[in-house]
Amino acid sequence: MSKLIDSLPDENGHFGVYGGRFVAETLMEALEELQSVYDKMKNDAEFQAEFDADLAHYVGRPSPLYFARRWTDILGGARVYLKREDLNHTGAHKINNTIGQALLAKRMGKTRIIAETGAGQHGVASATVAARLGLECVVYMGADDVKRQALNVYRMRLLGATVVPVESGSRTLKDALNEAMRDWVTNIDNTFYIIGTVAGPHPYPAMVRDFQCVIGREARRQIQQAEGRLPDALVACVGGGSNAIGLFYPFLDDEGVALYGVEGGGDGPETDRHAAPLCSGRPGVLHGNRTYLMEDDNGQIIETHSISAGLDYPGVGPEHAWLKDIGRANYVAVTDAEALQAFHDLTRFEGIMPALESSHALAHGAKLAASMDKDNVIIVNLSGRGDKDIHTVAGLEGIKV
Amino acid sequence: MSRVAECFARLKTEGRKALIPYVTAGDCQPGVTVPLMHAMVAAGADIIELGVPFSDPMADGPVIQQACERALAHGVSLHDVLEMVATFREKDDETPVVLMGYLNPIEVMGYVPFAQAACDAGVDGVLTVDLPPEEGVEVVKIFKEAELDPIFLLSPTTTAERIGKVCASASGFVYYVSLKGVTGAANLDVAAVAAKLDEIRGLTDLPVGVGFGIRDAETAAQVAGVADAVVVGSAVVNRIAANVAQPDRIAPEIAALLSDMRRAMDA
Repeated sequence: MSKLIDSLPDENGHFGVYGGRFVAETLMEALEELQSVYDKMKNDAEFQAEFDADLAHYVGRPSPLYFARRWTDILGGARVYLKREDLNHTGAHKINNTIGQALLAKRMGKTRIIAETGAGQHGVASATVAARLGLECVVYMGADDVKRQALNVYRMRLLGATVVPVESGSRTLKDALNEAMRDWVTNIDNTFYIIGTVAGPHPYPAMVRDFQCVIGREARRQIQQAEGRLPDALVACVGGGSNAIGLFYPFLDDEGVALYGVEGGGDGPETDRHAAPLCSGRPGVLHGNRTYLMEDDNGQIIETHSISAGLDYPGVGPEHAWLKDIGRANYVAVTDAEALQAFHDLTRFEGIMPALESSHALAHGAKLAASMDKDNVIIVNLSGRGDKDIHTVAGLEGIKV
Repeated sequence: MSRVAECFARLKTEGRKALIPYVTAGDCQPGVTVPLMHAMVAAGADIIELGVPFSDPMADGPVIQQACERALAHGVSLHDVLEMVATFREKDDETPVVLMGYLNPIEVMGYVPFAQAACDAGVDGVLTVDLPPEEGVEVVKIFKEAELDPIFLLSPTTTAERIGKVCASASGFVYYVSLKGVTGAANLDVAAVAAKLDEIRGLTDLPVGVGFGIRDAETAAQVAGVADAVVVGSAVVNRIAANVAQPDRIAPEIAALLSDMRRAMDA
C-alpha cells in the first residue's frame, strides 16, 4: 500500500470523491481565509508550542493508555487497552480540537465563537475555551438533545455560554449544525465557527483531524512502551468521526493494524432506526462536504436514531468515507442494547463509567477481543466519560435520579 | 438564446427590470403551486424561481425553512417539482423558470438524468445554493449541454477575483445576495448594494439580480433602480404561511403584492 499519511486531502479538500467545500457563496471567502491562516499555523513553531503546552497543562495530556486487566480476563481473548480520553479536562477528546481552533480564532482576531453540539461535550469544550480566552460563546443544540443532555446544558451556561435550542427539522445534531451555519453566514466578520468533528467544508475535516491526532500519536508511543509492539487492532466510535480519525490517523501506514469504526446501530442497522451511514447509507452532499449520508430516494436527509446523542448524526467525516471505500478501515454498527451492556460492563468490571458514545466502541471491542488470541493486543478509544449519560441510563431502567 | 437571456434582452429594450418571485414548490400543498405560478406571471412576474424543498436548507431563514417543511410533509420530491414545471409549460411557454435549491436531491437523481429531465420539463436555469463553481466544473458542463443556465450567487464577501471566476461559470444572470445572512433577513442597504453592483458590472456583462431583504413595493423599486432584476422570496412565502388554512387566498394575496411591486418598479 502506498503511503496514506500526508497524502490527503488534496489542495481542494478532497479525499477521493469525498470532502470538498459545498457551501453558500458568503462562506467561501471566510473558508479561504481560515485555510490560509491554518496552513501558516500548521508549520509555525510558536503556534504548535502554544498548542502543545495547552494540551499538557490545561487538558492534562498525555492521557493514559490503561490495560484493562480484569475485563481482558473476562473476555478471554486479546489484551484490551483503553486510551483514556475520558480523563481529559471537560471529560472527552473534544477539548483537543477546541483548544486548537480557539488559538486560531485568537490569531485571527475573532471575538465571538459559535459551535454546534449533540451530546454536549463539544459545546462544553467550546464554552470552556471561550471562558478561558474571554470570548463570547453561542452553542447551538437540537431541542431534543437539550432535554436528554440537561447536565451539559447547565455546564455550558455556568461557563458563560448562551445555549440556543434548535427547534427545526429533527431537533438533533444535524439541525444544530444548520443553525450554526446560518449564524456564521450572518456574523461572519467577528465570528469563528468551531466545528466539533471531522466533517463540514474544507479545511475543517483536515484541521480537526490534525488537532485530534495527538490521541493516536500518544497511543502509538504508549503501546510500544507497554507491549514492545504495535497493536493488532484499533476500535473507536464514529458519529462525525473525530475521535476515531484522531486515533487511526498515525497508524494508517501500519498495515498490520486493523481499524474498526463503530457507528450508532440504534435498533439495528437492518431497521430504519439507526445512525449508521457508513454501514447502510450512500454518498451525497450535506453540511459542506460529500460523504456517506442517511437519505431517502429523493435525496432528503432522514432522521437518525441512537441512544447516544453524539452519534445521532446522518453524515460522517469524508476521510472515513474514503477509508471505507479503499478498504483501509472497517465500519460496523453496534445497537443501543449492546452499547448499554458495554456501559454497565466497563463500569462494573473496571470501575470506569464510559460515555454512551464510547460504549459503542467498547461493545465492538469486547466482541473483537473475545474472537482473538491471548497474545493479540487491541486499543479501544475511551473517548469520553459517562457522567453526562447517567440520567439517560437511569431513565431507561425506570429510575428517577 | 435561452428563455432567461431572451427575457432580459426584451426587458432591456423596454427599459424595465425583471421581477422574480420565489416560491417553494408544493408549499403549502402540491395543488397550490402551478395555479400560483400562472397568477404570479399575470401579476407581473418576469421569471419564476421555484424552490426545490430540502430537509436541511442551511442558507435559509425560518420562513423558507418552514415552507420546505410544509412541502416535505406532502412528500414533494424533485420529480414532483419537474412535473409541476411541465404542467406549467402546458399553458405558458414563455416565462423562464429557474429551480433553486440544494445539491443533494440533484446528486441523488444523477446530474445527467436530472439535466435531461429538467430540460424536458421546460426548466431554464438551476441555482444550487451549496454548489460553488469550484465544485461545479463537471455539473456546469452537464447543465450547459442540456441548455440549462447555471445561476450562481455573489455575496458582499465575494472578492473581485472570485466574481470573475463565478461569472465565468454562470449564464443567464447572476444573483447578488444583498447582505450577509440567510433568506428573510431585514435591513437592505441600497447604497452598499449599488456600490457592489458597480464592481460586479465591471467584471461581467451578465444581468445582475438582487435578492435578500426585499419585502415591499418600496424596497423593490429602490433595488430596481440599481439592479437588472429584483428577487422576492420570504415576502411571498409569508403570504403562503399566513393562509395555510385558506389556500384559496394565497394566489390573490401574492398577486396583489407583486402587482404593487411591479407598479413601483415601472414607475
